[in-house]
Amino acid sequence: MQTVLQQIINALSLGSIYALLALGYSMVYGIINLINFAHGDIYMLGAFFAYYVINVWHFNFITALLSAMIIGAVSGVVIEYFAYRPLRKSPRIAVLITAIGVSFLLENGMSYFVGSNARSFPQVIEQVNYNIGGVQISNVQILILVTALILMVSLQLIIQKTKMGRAMRAVSVDPAAAELVGVNVNHTISFTFALGSALAGAAGILIGMYYNQIDPLMGMTPGIKAFVAAVLGGIGSVPGASLGGFLIGILETFFQSIGLSAYKDAVVYLVLIVILLFLPAGIFGKNTKEKV
Amino acid sequence: MSKFSKRMLRVLTLGMAGLALAGCSVAKSGGGKGTHQDKDTVKVGINIELSGTAAGYGSAEKQGIVLAASEINKAGGINVNGHKKKLKLLIRDNKSSIATSASVAAQLATKDRVAAVVGPATTNCGTAEIPNVTKASVPCVSPSATDPNYTRQKNGKVQPYAFRACFQDTFQGKSAAKFVDKKLKAKRVAVYADNSSDYGTGLAKAFKETYKGKIVDSQTYSAGDKDFNAVLTSFKSKKIDAIYVPGYYTELGLIIKQARQMGIKAPIVGGDGMCDPKLVQIVGAKNATNIYYTTPFSTNVAAKNPDSKAAKFIKAYRARYHSEAPTFSALAYDAVYLVKAAIEQQKSDDSVKVAAGLAKIKDFDGVTGRITMDKFHNPEMPIAIEKLTNGKVSDSFRVE
Repeated sequence: MQTVLQQIINALSLGSIYALLALGYSMVYGIINLINFAHGDIYMLGAFFAYYVINVWHFNFITALLSAMIIGAVSGVVIEYFAYRPLRKSPRIAVLITAIGVSFLLENGMSYFVGSNARSFPQVIEQVNYNIGGVQISNVQILILVTALILMVSLQLIIQKTKMGRAMRAVSVDPAAAELVGVNVNHTISFTFALGSALAGAAGILIGMYYNQIDPLMGMTPGIKAFVAAVLGGIGSVPGASLGGFLIGILETFFQSIGLSAYKDAVVYLVLIVILLFLPAGIFGKNTKEKV
Repeated sequence: MSKFSKRMLRVLTLGMAGLALAGCSVAKSGGGKGTHQDKDTVKVGINIELSGTAAGYGSAEKQGIVLAASEINKAGGINVNGHKKKLKLLIRDNKSSIATSASVAAQLATKDRVAAVVGPATTNCGTAEIPNVTKASVPCVSPSATDPNYTRQKNGKVQPYAFRACFQDTFQGKSAAKFVDKKLKAKRVAVYADNSSDYGTGLAKAFKETYKGKIVDSQTYSAGDKDFNAVLTSFKSKKIDAIYVPGYYTELGLIIKQARQMGIKAPIVGGDGMCDPKLVQIVGAKNATNIYYTTPFSTNVAAKNPDSKAAKFIKAYRARYHSEAPTFSALAYDAVYLVKAAIEQQKSDDSVKVAAGLAKIKDFDGVTGRITMDKFHNPEMPIAIEKLTNGKVSDSFRVE
């Protein structure tokens, strides 16, 4: 029983990271129907920036988190402006390939500038383990869960309650009509990128603290898994992405705990295939009929 | 496609085919097999992982190689039949890619016409290099390709031009199993292996075959994984005496950290993939206790004999790079000196002779120990086990 509870805690901390990443994928897809493959690398940039400010300027956790989110947001907007905006009217496949290109540029560019060695992340918060009835949970795990939940709730509030959020929803339904009623589409898209990328930056510093290790290729696998999570939850849906992230975390942990660690990645990709075959809209996805 | 571009393509293709053919003819011209050096320099090609997934090992090896070359040149160079020649390194990045490694090897052997190639660091890239260097009759010495089959052809015969400067996976796995059995006296062991490399699976297999106690659980992870809590939690519930973790320090650092944080105090034993100063940085000094690993190169053993090659190497390395020498640098450093020893012993720097010299290496006094090449081009050398306590090497053992 203790082992089961412990595994649930493991699953939730892993899942919250995937969820944070999946949110960014989902939001960008919801607005411009683009799978932003560079998203996982923005998470890497956030982690590296946090590493830098903590080591050089001795930031504490909160300021490092905020600055990583700002850097994530800025790099998201810059990437959108230079790489995706000129292709707004091009076929979707062209933008998709550009996204993969940007991802390679960031990964290999960072490898070139900072070296491809893994480096250890500074411990801004001393890890303390709490033992509750034989189940161990660390303060960092709690912090990750709480930060992830706060960010998810505030994201939902921004989308549902603010003017910018309404503009985002409008653009995602019909960009042309939104423009007709006075929504600045370019600003809205930039804002979406900023928001999604800020979450990726936050995930970067959380992962850095949790695993104590960062490297320029760290965004690759989590990026793809978060993408699966976004598809599972229903790409374009914010609660769906959060749920998908947690489900993927639980799934991976479950398969490892029953002794099938060799297949844990295979299972995640199998889920992707099954979802695409039987439930292409995902759990919370909008089932829109396309009119011809 | 327009007519013009089709024609262009054809011209280009023909041109490229012509170039490729020219490359082949270069390899065969020049009298007899292999390459020959001009009268003042000996060219040695370095085919190494400087970017991509294995860049950490490749960069460490490059440092060892550059250090060895600058020492050799400072001392006058390589003595080829009474005539001192300078050593010239041609360093090429194979990007940790099999295809690039093969083309880099071809370029070094047939176009640059080097006397020998040092590298690559990994077995996969090393194996990709062999056909091209063999065609050109140029020997290659990999500092760290540990797969048992690396120096063998498919039919079991030895690869005539492939050598290595490190011991094989099976040897490490067996030594670790004996150590866990006899010294640690562990009865229940869990194995957690890196299944994305031949290194991890090879060590795990040899360990399981030799270990006499009970293997309670056997799990795998792959390179780049970061979360091991799930598997470690299930290990913990199975009351293990020790964990054997063959793999590389990037993941092992995290495995050890997560194991210690969830309160697993059992000894954790690994291979030379974890003897890198970065391991302790990732794990944190406090958690790096009760950790053991097999290694060809022990700084602790070296410190006990200040006159040894190893102690001098550590000092020279620190003076040049201002950090502790990693094992991979030591192995690469030895690889360069092995080539030098082969040239001096044969009194010739023709690549075919260098290969013959490498096969005959006997009692070579290297940084990683006294090396003798066996008939399958594997160095026979001693193995040490180091113990970490609070992030420092606190003890070292010899395994017979």
